Amino acid sequence: MTAQVITISSGKGGVGKTTTVANIAVALASDGAKVVCIDGDIGLRNLDVVMGLENRIVYDIVDVIEGRCKLRQAMIRDKHLSELYLIPAAQTRDKNSVSPSDMNRLCDELRPDVDFILIDSPAGIERGFRNAIAPADRVLVVTNPEVSAVRDADRVVGILEAEEKRQTALIINRLNPALVKQHDMLSAEDVLDLLGIRLIGIVPEDEGVIVGSNRGVPVAQDGKSRAGQAFRNIAKRIRGEDVAFMDLDKQSGLWNRIQKMAGRK
Amino acid sequence: MDDLASLVQIKGLRDGLLVSLSDAPWEEQRAALLSQIDEKQSFFQGARLALDVGTQILRVNEMVELRDHLSERNVSLWAVVSESPTTEKTAQLLGLATRISKPRPEEAHRFEVQDLGEGTALFLNKTIRSGARIEFSGHVVVLGDVNPGAEIIAEGNIIIWGRLRGAVHAGSKGNEAAVVCALDFAPIRLQVGPDAMITSNKKETGKPEMAFIRDERVVIEPWQAGQQENL
Repeated sequence: MTAQVITISSGKGGVGKTTTVANIAVALASDGAKVVCIDGDIGLRNLDVVMGLENRIVYDIVDVIEGRCKLRQAMIRDKHLSELYLIPAAQTRDKNSVSPSDMNRLCDELRPDVDFILIDSPAGIERGFRNAIAPADRVLVVTNPEVSAVRDADRVVGILEAEEKRQTALIINRLNPALVKQHDMLSAEDVLDLLGIRLIGIVPEDEGVIVGSNRGVPVAQDGKSRAGQAFRNIAKRIRGEDVAFMDLDKQSGLWNRIQKMAGRK
Repeated sequence: MDDLASLVQIKGLRDGLLVSLSDAPWEEQRAALLSQIDEKQSFFQGARLALDVGTQILRVNEMVELRDHLSERNVSLWAVVSESPTTEKTAQLLGLATRISKPRPEEAHRFEVQDLGEGTALFLNKTIRSGARIEFSGHVVVLGDVNPGAEIIAEGNIIIWGRLRGAVHAGSKGNEAAVVCALDFAPIRLQVGPDAMITSNKKETGKPEMAFIRDERVVIEPWQAGQQENL
């Protein structure tokens, strides 16, 4: 096995990076892949909370890097999925305790044993972000259909281009088709039009996501949730399957147009 | 090890350190610089570093690698000064400054726009995204979009073969004959020449347009073949 390293980033905070990581990880692991999530947000960790593993943390990523424990000891196994692991961030340290080459070394050590390594990048474009993208084979940029989030995503895509990270794809999170129809929210086309990168998923706004995050049960485990379905589709596309985009709004034929746009690049 | 030290020159500036490279191969110079930093850790701790690479051409990977090596040593690279436009462009794309407060003596001999019909142009075959700042002493031609949050400053003309939605300044040294053209014209900020700045809430028309100065004011008009002859 040689793992694919996927970093989830956004520039702006609060667009749903951590939720996206947890849900894609759950979806990939439910399909039988061996997945390790790394929380790159050192000093502000919360992937453990969203995955419901907070009370199992003994060692964290800084302990591994500074040699206080073995990599295996810092990998926390998920409660439900035996092939899903989390390497938590340190809460009492800051981003400077880790360097890009530390991240490369860590991922190289994991690569032979797993299928996917998902890295949750912190917001911003500073040290923590640099650490998170250093080992990435592929970067998923998460944005919301809001002008400020799209502007930051554009900046991140520009940095990724400058660093010659070729495989970049976009996730539009929290799209509300009703608001788009009233012209109160940017549409998926507006966002894609500006960013001009490949679209890998659109996640509709869904209260279940918040409830799931608070309970530590990612919504991708809920077979009935629309957002859960969207995350499962993203996981399938990551594995190379050709999955049609969900019909978020039947009347407007948005689905057809989005598919056309996605096929454009 | 005297050889190593002579490969790179380090001197203090008002706002940090300036490292000047010689003509030796990049790998050797990088090693020399990093070993100097390792030797004098306390001196370099927390320093802001500007790098004058002279005529050397640095690739993106090399610059990224150096910046990461430096940041591991708690030294921040903020500027790369170069005589090569390619290297300058690379530095700008990484968000690094390409000018330091003390102007380089060579700058006086650089290209100056006098006749706007000709001159050197910087050709960019990509979308210019938020956070990118392109500054050039000649014309700038972009084959791609200029997104909101991006900035282009040219001493000559700016031609965008794509959508213009960022900030542009043509004729930045005061040249009032400069023009800005774009296939779709909706800049956040537009300046031509000295201080003819207009804040524009203009919507895209979907047709090519051109901005230039007429009677000391910036005007935007649909682009027509043959129009440029008057300029």
